[in-house]
Parts: sequence; structure tokens; C-alpha cells
Amino acid sequence: MSDATQSQPILQFENLEIHFPIRRGLLGRKIGDVKAVDDISFSIQKGKTLGLVGESGCGKTTTGKGILRVYNPTGGHIYYKGVDIATMPKAQISPFRRELQLIFQDPYGSLDPRQSVHAILKEAITSERRPHSSQEITNRIKELLQAVELDVSMGDRYPHEMSGGQRQRVGIARALACDPELIVCDEPVSALDVSIQAQIINLLIKLQKERQLTYLFVAHDLTVVYHIADVIAVMYLGHIVEMMDAKDIYCKPMHPYTKALLSAVPITDYYVEKKRKRILLEGEVPSPIHAPLGCPFHPRCRFATDECKRTMPQSCDVGGGHQVACHNLGTVTD
Amino acid sequence: MEKKKILEVKNLRTSFFTPSGEVKAVDDVSFHLNEQEIIAIVGESGCGKSVTQMSVIQLIQSPPGKILGGQVLFAGKNLLEYGAHSAEMRKIRGAGIAMIFQEPMTSLNPVLTIGQQITEVIRTHKKCSQKEAWRTGVESLGAVGIPDAQECMHKYSFQMSGGMCQRALAATAIACRSKVIIADEPTTALDVTTQAQVMELLLSLVDKFKTSIIVVTHNLGLVTRYTDRVYVMYAGKIIESGTTEDILMRPWHPYTRGLLESVPKLSAEKDKPLVPIQGAPPRLQDLPPGCAFMSRCTYTLSECQNEFPMLRRVGPNEHWAACHLESGVDKP
Repeated sequence: MSDATQSQPILQFENLEIHFPIRRGLLGRKIGDVKAVDDISFSIQKGKTLGLVGESGCGKTTTGKGILRVYNPTGGHIYYKGVDIATMPKAQISPFRRELQLIFQDPYGSLDPRQSVHAILKEAITSERRPHSSQEITNRIKELLQAVELDVSMGDRYPHEMSGGQRQRVGIARALACDPELIVCDEPVSALDVSIQAQIINLLIKLQKERQLTYLFVAHDLTVVYHIADVIAVMYLGHIVEMMDAKDIYCKPMHPYTKALLSAVPITDYYVEKKRKRILLEGEVPSPIHAPLGCPFHPRCRFATDECKRTMPQSCDVGGGHQVACHNLGTVTD
Repeated sequence: MEKKKILEVKNLRTSFFTPSGEVKAVDDVSFHLNEQEIIAIVGESGCGKSVTQMSVIQLIQSPPGKILGGQVLFAGKNLLEYGAHSAEMRKIRGAGIAMIFQEPMTSLNPVLTIGQQITEVIRTHKKCSQKEAWRTGVESLGAVGIPDAQECMHKYSFQMSGGMCQRALAATAIACRSKVIIADEPTTALDVTTQAQVMELLLSLVDKFKTSIIVVTHNLGLVTRYTDRVYVMYAGKIIESGTTEDILMRPWHPYTRGLLESVPKLSAEKDKPLVPIQGAPPRLQDLPPGCAFMSRCTYTLSECQNEFPMLRRVGPNEHWAACHLESGVDKP
């Protein structure tokens, strides 16, 4: 990450906040906020992948959708190629939407069941407002299907006639149709079988190399993120608690939450697993409406001190771009 | 000491009769479950692992589905002799063999509270007052680690997280002291951390209530820590079975090895691509005469084309595999 900081990142988050108001009563008075994303900052270099990991409800999907302005940020900035797309009026955002695409978690829910693959891709291609000849469209669809390693005859199929892996490939082809610069992948493999997961991950890596794509990869499974990401950011309750080079996550995790996440990952080596000690997290992620004071993780943390209950730890650099937000870095053990 | 079998399935065959032909979803499947044991049935979507479990408790929709033959021996009786709608079968579902379904959110009724659903199950199987049933319900919820059980009884499924719903379902399963719990993909829809919690919970049920558990899953990574034995299914058949140690460390069948290799690992070299199993499972309507895995296999021999490999013993400790390979695949 150190050499990368010199060049201009393609996407940069600065203290981004996405809060949702809670309204009650007849007049819809605002009584509070759901702080889905609270003060996060990171940047992605062109052609790289940032993996965003966390449990359900930690705000990772909201962050991803914030880039596309599906949700409007309530504070902070998102710089895309130097332009702030967070504060831009919504009417001006559409040219950027072609360059910023999204791959969804549920490939079945995100494809129109009444459209054939051909029609789905055609719609994405013609969203670029200029005349397209029918020959051009046919060629482009063929090229897209080949890019995602689908048979060209698949163009006539409907989503229900395909397997989960094939549907996800169509979802990827649709995202590629606009020649995007950056793709937000929102849990793209978590609904798939393990054997198919690996196919899709390999495909995403291949496409990235071929087309110089930048990914924001959102997932709850650390192993998947480890394979695809260059930088991993661990989110908890709207905050980034640790961010590091992906190579470091296995040997140098520092935040107690990252350690717990790592320990929950199932492994297939029988002898190692039988000897391994696991850290079981008690309870669940607290609701972001009643977020705890101080460090968001302290109610579930084994190392929590009084200070953790009072003040929010600041993110500090421990070398090599590895950032951790924890008060007790010295005392946290395995 | 010989372990006592609590559930034994012999040569089970279930087919679905569709306009495009007979789909042999379960084809000559045999397995058994010992007392206080956790076994896993592993395979990709559409390999028949769920249909096998549904056949055990006879929840196959008919038509188009039909259980064509075989035996399901539970407590010394063949369940298939009872009809699917018989009173005996109804008694066994829930009280003898309970099922935890894949999607915890959708398998609970959203317009009834958790309490209403648990007491309904209890009162169906046990003659007791509403009050007693309520008390048993609260106890069961407590036993599965729900912090405020009393309050949870008044909640609806949508007010709880996925992990909590899964716990509530497990509570329903143990409320009637079921001997066997079938958990169909119990952790697929859940976070990694919650997955670990739910699996630990299932493990604790074995100790606490002397339950035996069948876990159906597609992720071999999940079985390492929690199961005693593993059955691997492919295209309606069991293609390998053995102790968890044998299956994970000495897989014989190329498919088992493929499944193992496709699990992403943190210990692996980062820049090395993952090794998926190429292609997709075959359609069950038109299976090849030989080995169904042949088209995706990298070890194909000449006999794979026409001869279906029979299950044969390939190692000590009841390690069985259905593959023509002389000495199995190399260790991954």
C-alpha cells in the first residue's frame, strides 16, 4: 500500500457518513438516526481490489451503495477520479453511473425473470444514449457472453433456465456492458455452492486483469476476500476497525474483532482444526440505533477496559499502511 | 464398543416424474446414524441431499415425487410402511425426527409469535396444558442460548436476526426431545461468526439431550470440527463415505477432492488461483450410463464411460468410495 499512496487513487472516501433518520408519530418527527456508516475513510487504486468484510448489519453494503448514490451520504466526501460524487446533485450523477457498476448478491432476484439473457444485456448496452445498430448489439452480446465464459447459445435462455453460477455470470456480463471503471461486488458469491464460488472468483480476477477493473468487494467471508482483495478493511457497526494489506491478514491481525472473524473461518485440514483454539464471539452485533458509547466492539470484546466504554479509539498506523482502531493493542493476545 | 444405530436408511430411491422424464433424485442411497453422533451429507445443489432427508420424514410432494423403494429404519420400524399422511408418521415428525430447514426466516410463520409456534409443536405431541407447554418452550429457548427466553416467546420471526431464528427452530426441535435432528443447510444463510455459533449449539445438543444429528451442507469446511462421519453425494448417489478424518485427509474420489480444493483457504498462497470443479452437475434426467462425474473429472479411465462404479471399501474404518481409480486421488 505504501507505494500506491503516491499515485492518485481512483476512489477515495473521506469521513463518509450515511445516516438514516428514524421518524415517529403523525408528523414524522425525527427522533434519532441509524448510523449505518459512520466516519469511514479509505481509498482504492486503479486496477486494485478493496475487500470490505463484516457481519450482517455492519454497513458494508450501504457503503457500496453509497458510491452509486443509491443511498445519499449525509456527510463526508467520495472522490471518484478527483470529483466529489457524494455532494453532487443527483441529476448530474448519471454519466458516472455507467462507469460505476454493481453486481448483486442474489443473481436470481437481480435478473428480470421475463427477460431473456439477450434482452437483459441489450438493455444494459443501449443505456448508452446513442444509436446502436442491431449488428453492433449482437456482436457486443456475443463478446460479453464470451468474456464471462458462457456459451453464446445461452443468450436465448431465461434466468429460471440457468443454474446459480450461470446467472451470476449473466449479472457480471451486465455490469461489464457499460465498460465500467469500478465495480461494486456486493456478496457476489455468498449464495453459490462452494465449487461454483471458486469459478466465479477466478472469473472476477481474470476480468480485472484483462480490463484493468477496480473492485470494491463486499463480503462476510474472510477467505473469499483474502483471495480476491489487495487491501482488506474490516467493518464493525459502521466503522472500519482494521485495514491492512491482504497478505497480512492471516499472520498479522491485530484487532480483537478481526481475530475473532479469522477464528470463525472453517478450515478443512482435520489435524490443524482439531488442535486449533477458537474464539467464539458471544451475542450479536448491536443495533446501530442504540450503538454503544466508546468503541463499538466493547460489549463483545474480551479485552475491553473502562477506556473502551468511554472513548472511541482513533485509527492509528502501525506500519506499512496497516491501520487499527483499538485502545489495547499491547494487551490483545490470541 | 459397537455403537447403536438410531436411524438406518437402506437402498432408498425417490424419483420425480416430470414432463421431461423421470428424475432420479435419490438413487439407491444407504446410510446410517449412530446414537449421539453427528454425520454430514455433503454435495452441490441438486445432488439429492435434501430430497434424501425429505424422504426420510416423507415430506415429498406427491405428485410429482414418489418414494419408489428402500427402507427407513427408525427405532426398529420401517417408516416407509406407514403412509405419508398416517397418524404414526405425524407422531414421528417433530417428536422422533425433527427438521431444521435452510432458511430460518422463511420456515417460521411470520404472523405467529415464536411462543405460539413452539407451544403448538409441544401440544401436538404431548398432552399438557398451555401453561406447561409455555414453560417447556421457555426452557428450550434458554437451552439453545437465547438470552431473554421469556421475552423471545412473544416475538415474531421478523423481529429477530437469522441466527436467533435458527436457534428458535432448534429449540422447537428439542422441545419434544427428538431423538434425531436433521439440519438442512443450517448455516448457509448466516454470517461466518453466527455459523460457528449455530454449529457449536448443535454440538452441545448432542451432549445435553443425547440427540443424534444429520447435517446437510455443501461446504466441506464446515464438517471438520463438528462431525464424526461424512457422506458425499453426487447426482443422486452416495459416492464416498467414511470418518471425517478419512474424507478430509485421504479423499479417494476425485469429486471429494474437488470439493475440498474449492474451499478458499487462508493458509493458501494468495496469488495462486482457486481450483474450482469445472462445469456444473449433470441434469438428472439424462445421466450417462457410466460414472456421472466423468465429464468433470480429470482422472477419467476407459471403464468410466460405460460402467457405473459400485461403492467399494477402500480403507479401514469403513471408508467407502464409488470410483474406478485403483488407488484413489493424490492427497490435495
